[in-house]
Amino acid sequence: MGTQHAHPNPDAHGHDDHGGSHGSMREYVVGFLLSVVLTAIPFWLVMTGAIPDKQTTALVIMAFAIVQIVVHMIYFLHMNTKSENGWTVMALIFTIVIVVIALSGSLWVMYHLNHNMMPMSHDMDMRQVP
Amino acid sequence: MAIEAVDHSHWSPLLGRLWLDALPQEPIVLATFVVVALGGVALVAALTYFKLWGYLWKEWFTSVDHKKIGIMYMVLGLIMFLRGFADAIMMRIQQSIAFNGNEGYLNAHHYDQIFTAHGVIMIFFVAMPFVTGLMNYIVPLQIGARDVSFPFLNNFSFWMTTAGAVLVMMSLFIGEFAQTGWLAYPPLSNLAYSPWVGVDYYIWALQIAGVGTLLSGVNLICTIVKMRAPGMTMMRMPIFTWTSLCTNILIVAAFPVLTAVMTMLSVDRYLGFNFFSNDFGGSPMMYVNLIWIWGHPEVYILILPLFGVFSEVTATFCGKRLFGYSSMVYATLVITILSYLVWLHHFFTMGSGASVNSFFGITTMVISIPTGAKLFNWLFTMYRARIRYELPMMWTVAFMLTFTIGGMTGVMLAIPPADFVLHNSLFLIAHFHNVIIGGVLFGIFAAINYWWPKAFGFKLNQFWGKVSFWLWVPGFWVAFTPLYILGFMGVTRRMRVFDDPSIQIYFVIAAFGAVMIAGGIGAMLVQFAVSIWKREELKDESGDPWQGRTLEWATSSPPPEYNFAFTPIVHDIDAWDDMKRCGVERPVTGFRPIHMPKSTGTGLILAGLSTALGFAMIWYIWWLAAASFVGIIGYAIFHTFNYKRDYHIPVETVEATEAARTRQLAAAGA
Repeated sequence: MGTQHAHPNPDAHGHDDHGGSHGSMREYVVGFLLSVVLTAIPFWLVMTGAIPDKQTTALVIMAFAIVQIVVHMIYFLHMNTKSENGWTVMALIFTIVIVVIALSGSLWVMYHLNHNMMPMSHDMDMRQVP
Repeated sequence: MAIEAVDHSHWSPLLGRLWLDALPQEPIVLATFVVVALGGVALVAALTYFKLWGYLWKEWFTSVDHKKIGIMYMVLGLIMFLRGFADAIMMRIQQSIAFNGNEGYLNAHHYDQIFTAHGVIMIFFVAMPFVTGLMNYIVPLQIGARDVSFPFLNNFSFWMTTAGAVLVMMSLFIGEFAQTGWLAYPPLSNLAYSPWVGVDYYIWALQIAGVGTLLSGVNLICTIVKMRAPGMTMMRMPIFTWTSLCTNILIVAAFPVLTAVMTMLSVDRYLGFNFFSNDFGGSPMMYVNLIWIWGHPEVYILILPLFGVFSEVTATFCGKRLFGYSSMVYATLVITILSYLVWLHHFFTMGSGASVNSFFGITTMVISIPTGAKLFNWLFTMYRARIRYELPMMWTVAFMLTFTIGGMTGVMLAIPPADFVLHNSLFLIAHFHNVIIGGVLFGIFAAINYWWPKAFGFKLNQFWGKVSFWLWVPGFWVAFTPLYILGFMGVTRRMRVFDDPSIQIYFVIAAFGAVMIAGGIGAMLVQFAVSIWKREELKDESGDPWQGRTLEWATSSPPPEYNFAFTPIVHDIDAWDDMKRCGVERPVTGFRPIHMPKSTGTGLILAGLSTALGFAMIWYIWWLAAASFVGIIGYAIFHTFNYKRDYHIPVETVEATEAARTRQLAAAGA
C-alpha cells in the first residue's frame, strides 16, 4: 500500500482507483467462458486426435495458448491502452520483446549447437555411445 | 592427495541426510567454526548484556522504513564481503604456493567449494545487497517520496535475501557447498556427479534470495513510476533514479529465468527428471543457454546503479549540471535492451558456429557504444570544472581509469576467434574482476563515502579513506595484471596446483596484490570506526555537506522518518540545486499529521520459515519441509488479516521535529 495514498480506512483499499478498471461481472463471465472454451478445444484435439499430424496439433495448441494469454490480459488483468497512463502497454511491449528475444534466440542457438555438436546420425541412440 | 570417497548415504526420517559426517572435518574449517562460534556467542552475549535485542527488533528488524532497510542491506553486503574476500585470499595463497609438487594447503574438495562460494557470495550476497541497499535508501529520497510503494514487501525482501545468505554461511559448517563453479553447470551439478548437499545449498540459497530480489525489483519500479514528487517528469528524474529504474526492470525481466532454470535443475536432482542430463533428450547446453539469459542482464543489474552513482558524484563535485543528461538516459535504456542480446558471448566455444557467434560478437561490441557515451559524458562534465577531489570523486576517477581498461579487454573477448584462445583462462578472470571491482565495488565505495553523511549525520574520516583508496586501487592492479598476463600464456581458471614453476612469480605478485586489497578493506573498517568515534567533529548540521544537487540533500541528515514534511515540488532536473538558486524557503508552519506504514515482524518470520524450508529440502528432512511450507502459507494468510498496518505521526511530533531542524539550521548558519 502506498504511503502517499492515504486511506482513512485500510479496508477501503480494494475499491479505490489507481488508474485501472476492475471490470464488471459480465467481463469476468465472458473471460471465464472464453478461457474454458480455449482450454477445451486443445484437450479435445489431443484426446480425439482430430488432426493426424502431431506437429500440426502442437502448433495449433500453441496458437490457442497465445489467444488464451490475450484473453487473460484483457478480461482478468483489465489491460487496455489507457490503463495506468500507458505504463501497462509499455510493460507489455517490453515483455513481448524480451520473451521473443529469449525464445527465438534460444531456438536459434540450440539449433546450431545441436547441429554442430551432434556428429552422429539421428538414428543412433546417444545412450549407447560409450 | 587421493580423493577420499566419503559415504553420505545415511538417511533417517527425523534428520534426513543430516548426520555426524556433516560436521566440519578439516582442521581449517574446524578452526574457522570455533572462531565463528565463539564470536557469535560473544555477540549474542553483548547484545543481551547491553539489552539491545528489544531495540534491534523494534527499530531495525521489523522496520518498514526504506532507510533502515537500506542500511541493513548495506550491513549484510559488508559482512558477506568479508566472507567472500576471505575465500579470495585463500585461493590466492593456495595458487601462490602450489608449485613444484607442493599440494598447497587446500585439498581439491575444499578448494572447489571455495571458488564456488567466492563467486556466489560476491555476486548474490555482496554486490546485490549493496546495490539494492543503495537504491532502497536513495531512490525514495531522490524522488521526494516518504517510503517505497510497498513498505512491508521491502522488509520481507530484505529478510529473504538474508535467508539465502544464511543458508550459504551454514554450508560452511554443516555439510558442504557446491564444487561446481558459481553457475553450477550440469552435468557436473547433476545428482550423478554432485551427490551430496553442496548443489542443493546452492539451489535453495539462490531460490530464496531470488524471491527477495524479484519483489524488491517490483517494489522499486512501482515506487519510481508512481511516487515521484509533483513536477518530476520522467526526464527530470535524477540519473541515479533512472539507472535504478532500468536495473529493476532488468531484475523483473531476468530473475524469473534464473528461478525457472534453478527449478528445472532441482526437479532433475530431486525427482529424477532429465532436463539437463545427457539422457532421454535432456541437454546440459540448454542450462548454459538459459542461465546466461539471466546472467548477462545480471551484470548490468549490478553496474547500472553505479553508473548512476558516478553521474551524481561527478555532477556534485564538479559543481555543475551533468553533461548530456538525455544522452545518459537513452544510453541507459539502450543498455537495458541490448543486455538481453549478448548472452551467447559467455559460451562462444560451446559450438554454435560462425553465424551465431558473429551475431553475438557484434551485439557485444555494440553495447560498448552507449557505455562509452556515458564515459564521455562524465569526462565532459569534468571538463573545465572546479573539481573537488573528495573521496567519492577520487573513487569515481579510479573507476573511469580502471573500468575503461576492463571494458577494452571485454571488447577483446567479444571477438569470437580471440575468445576461443582466451575462454576460461585467467584473462577472463582478470577481465570480469576488472569491471566488477573497478565498476561495481569502486562505485559502492564512492556511494558509501558520498551518502554516509546523509544516512548518519556525519562525514567519513578522510585520512583513513585515502589510505583505503591508495591500497585498494594499486592493490587491484597488482592483483589482477598478473592474471591478464597468465591468461595470455594460456593458464586456465580454477586450477589448484601447477606444474610449470616459471609462472609462480606471477601468482606471488597477485597474492601480494590481494594482501594490499586486504589492507584497503582493513583501512575502510578503521575509517568507519574512527568516523563513528569522532562523529562530533565530523558532524554535518546542514544536511547538504557536498553542495548536492538532488532532493535527498534537501532534508536533514539523517532524514526524519517521514523524509519530507511537505512533498517538494520539482521544476528542474537538479531539483535541490534549482531550489537553492531560486531561494525556496523551507516551510516552518502548516504541518499536518503524516500517514505512515507500521512496523511488522512478518517479513522476518516468513524468511525464517523459508530458511527452515530450504534447510529441510537440502537435507531431505521431509517432515520439516512440509511443516515449514505449511507455516509459510499459513502465516502469510494470517498476515492478511492484520489491519493495523498504518498510523499517523501526530502533527505535534512533526512540528517538534521540524522546529528542531530549524534550530539546527540556524545554529549551522545556513
